[in-house]
Amino acid sequence: MIPAPFDYARAESAEHALALLTEHGDDAKLLAGGHSLLPLMKLRLATPSVLIDVGRLTDLSYVRDAGDYIAIGALTRHRDLETSEVLQAEAPLVAHVAGQVGDPQVRHRGTIGGSIAHADPASDLPAAVLALGGSMVVTGQNGEREIPSSEFYLGFLESALEPGELLTEIRVPKHGGAGWSFQKFNRRAQDWAIVGVAAVKANGSSGVALINMGSTPIFASGVVEAMQAGASASEAAERAPEGTDPQTDIHATPEFREHLARVLVRRALEEIG
Amino acid sequence: MTVNGAERESEVEPRTLLAYYLRETLGLTGTNIGCDTSSCGACTVLVDGESVKSCTMLAAQADGASVTTIEGLSNGDGMAPMQQAFHECHGLQCGFCTPGMVLAAVSFLDEHPQPSEEDVRMGLEGNLCRCTGYQNIVKAVLACAGNGAKP
Repeated sequence: MIPAPFDYARAESAEHALALLTEHGDDAKLLAGGHSLLPLMKLRLATPSVLIDVGRLTDLSYVRDAGDYIAIGALTRHRDLETSEVLQAEAPLVAHVAGQVGDPQVRHRGTIGGSIAHADPASDLPAAVLALGGSMVVTGQNGEREIPSSEFYLGFLESALEPGELLTEIRVPKHGGAGWSFQKFNRRAQDWAIVGVAAVKANGSSGVALINMGSTPIFASGVVEAMQAGASASEAAERAPEGTDPQTDIHATPEFREHLARVLVRRALEEIG
Repeated sequence: MTVNGAERESEVEPRTLLAYYLRETLGLTGTNIGCDTSSCGACTVLVDGESVKSCTMLAAQADGASVTTIEGLSNGDGMAPMQQAFHECHGLQCGFCTPGMVLAAVSFLDEHPQPSEEDVRMGLEGNLCRCTGYQNIVKAVLACAGNGAKP
């Protein structure tokens, strides 16, 4: 399968990428690792007329301890997240989840920024950042703005990124001492989650996010409310389907997905203890 | 880009995928195209030493990189150790998945020099084989790692 024809432009810097975005407007798509976009283009579900390759912006590939939070460059590949000692110590949920994305070949190419900007409700990392209450830093011609993860995912493959904006950094709170769990139910090891759960429980704040339970990653407010009221894991997990809108596909019915959400949330909360 | 140690320079259409560039422009047909949806791993090659599914990468993205295909794995003097291990452990039947499987295994061992059997099974999750049931592939990778299984 071959993508439809397009023009290719390689960005030499973040500023150059923004200039190219401005020049080409809505016809352009940004290409990072390409592991979400190229499959869509091969299936001709996406037919951008220009690809702006940001894959060589190595200065956007980093994991830094920024004091109150961990700063992750948008071009950091899943493999580099998985093996980052800073993440393993200070944001272990992110390191672990990155190691569960796709398969090793995908993790060698895919980037956290690409995954989050693609805003696929079935992806692992967007939900992990949502559970943690992280945020996205985006840069446009008018400068930089920070978008809370709770406001970032707007719809199916739709984010709060404006045309002409580039996602440059992901920020996640440190949670080195917190309990966390990631649960993913799929048929084959490399598949997307049929349903998944990312959960973290720290002093004073907890977060639970659901994968593939609607058109966006979903923060399980009902579960968190129940946890804060002192409910048991199984009681809190009963509230997992609240506010979700699971779809039917070849893998599962909505009812089965709701069942999976309850089971996986219960397992996550039991693992956290 | 450098392909199997040799400098190759070509002008390609932007939409040319690395797998097609290797097969059709360079004639390196050892890289197979199976599912063409980055699921099966048959098209796996090494880009700067790391396993990549070449059906999901543009040739332009590999501009300047060092690419290794199954044709270039051995230094020319017989088979590379991983190929030899697959040969000795009978880690293949029809052979279609084998080039990608071998290169994925090389990249895996580079990152996990002392793997357990479970590590090998998880490490090869991106490569599908419809013949062997994986048993002898896992044996071959463990043998190559010098991890005790009989070659």
